[in-house]
Amino acid sequence: MKAIISVLGADKPGIIAEISGCLYRFNVNILDITQTILSGYFTMVMMVDLSGMTCGFDEMVGNLNGLGEKLGLEIRMQRNEIFDAMHRL
Amino acid sequence: MLNTSEIFATIDMIKEQKLDIRTITMGISLLECAGSGAADRIYDTVTRRAQRLVAVGEEIEREFGIPIVNKRISVTPVALVLGEAEDPVRIALALDRAADATGVNFIGGYSALVQKGAARNDLRLMRSIPEALARTEKVCASVNVASTRAGVNMDAVRMIGEIMVETAGLTADRDGLGCAKLVAFANAVEDNPFMAGAFHGTGEGDTAINVGVSGPGVVKRALEAHRGEPFDVMAETIKKTAFRITRMGQLVAMEASKRLNAPFGIVDLSLAPTPSVGDSVAHILEEMGLERCGQHGTTAALMMLNDAVKKGGVMASSSVGGLSGAFIPLSEDIGMIDAARAGTLTLDKLEAMTCVCSVGLDMIAVPGDTPAATLSAILADEAAIGVVNQKTTAVRLIPVPGKGVGEWVEFGGLLGRAPIIPVHPESAAAFIARGGRIPAPINSLRN
Repeated sequence: MKAIISVLGADKPGIIAEISGCLYRFNVNILDITQTILSGYFTMVMMVDLSGMTCGFDEMVGNLNGLGEKLGLEIRMQRNEIFDAMHRL
Repeated sequence: MLNTSEIFATIDMIKEQKLDIRTITMGISLLECAGSGAADRIYDTVTRRAQRLVAVGEEIEREFGIPIVNKRISVTPVALVLGEAEDPVRIALALDRAADATGVNFIGGYSALVQKGAARNDLRLMRSIPEALARTEKVCASVNVASTRAGVNMDAVRMIGEIMVETAGLTADRDGLGCAKLVAFANAVEDNPFMAGAFHGTGEGDTAINVGVSGPGVVKRALEAHRGEPFDVMAETIKKTAFRITRMGQLVAMEASKRLNAPFGIVDLSLAPTPSVGDSVAHILEEMGLERCGQHGTTAALMMLNDAVKKGGVMASSSVGGLSGAFIPLSEDIGMIDAARAGTLTLDKLEAMTCVCSVGLDMIAVPGDTPAATLSAILADEAAIGVVNQKTTAVRLIPVPGKGVGEWVEFGGLLGRAPIIPVHPESAAAFIARGGRIPAPINSLRN
């Protein structure tokens, strides 16, 4: 199963390190990553592979939400099919 | 890899433009429960088949990050499974308990189909509607009083006016709330996922997953980028937006069907508003250039919107059904509420609008002293529009006990709030007292 992690918020050092560290702890593999600063906002999209994930989907979402609160960012993880459905034929 | 702007566009639609799945409705056949003592069997069947409905809905919500506002159940019209000696209200109470047990917020199908004539059980069920709606919280009732093939059953139309008045009276302490759970149809559909009119038709299987999408806010936002441009540009924009919204609905429907081990039924393309700001069909019409919904031009604007939504949506789903069009429930749409308060949106204009969209006179509060015959006459007009245009129309009116024109009624939650609007004062009593049946129109002879 693949998912998209989207991150939006004020830029600061260590965002990618914290998020990828969290993913690594639960054996989530990063397949692709795009990051930019849009109108002063840190904007990142990651595609991840959840097939080897060592925790449940909800738990991972909880971990990322916790991280989001700590870093002052909006972090979402959603199955990638929803984006495919809306933007790809 | 998907590009960042597409991903954030989707997130923005969900977060800012209130895109959501309005309902996952599980249709459940009760035909196997028919006969005496049906109430207990109905409770068992519904709770067994829908056991995981709410849990699965919530799972999908979390994994896909898309809100699924309602999880609901529709059942076979209860009049068809009623036992000879059974009190129909017992079945309503069993359905209400089943709704509580499964965690759904409404259960539809306390229904009778009487477009050509009412059988004994149909009449028993219809007469029990006021008590059933007063004694339950989550049960929705509907009656199909007309069809293009059968014409309009004017005896049933007369009864519905009386049932509305009685239902409002029995729920007078809640401003006639019972009437918000009662809808009368012409050309009712068998796979409608939306309440209060959902029921599981006899042509359906044991179960079906029907999904209704929403997204007036997304359509409005898309149109904001094309201010002043011609209608064909607007139509194309709406089509593209509807396509995206519907693809999401199809995805959720397939996923729910797989996880619940119930066949996928349909995606309903209706644009369904809510009372929140940014989720209004009226505001789409105003975005097109109207000063206020209900003015001249509104019917044309709604016709274009409804048509473009269908054209865009139909290719996005493997099976489109239900009501599929734009909804214009007065109390559930902030733009409609404002327009009615300003006096621009009247009952007569709403009736005209129902000629070109999917539902009918929906969630409209009228004075509590409106005679039953007047309510029946409003229903007769609406049924006539449905019958002659071979489309679904419906009436959900709330004669609010003890309140008059200009006063407000609060239903709360998704049912919203509305100003009470006037009806014509002239008597329809002699017209409605005739009874009988308006014959099917000539255009019903299509074979």
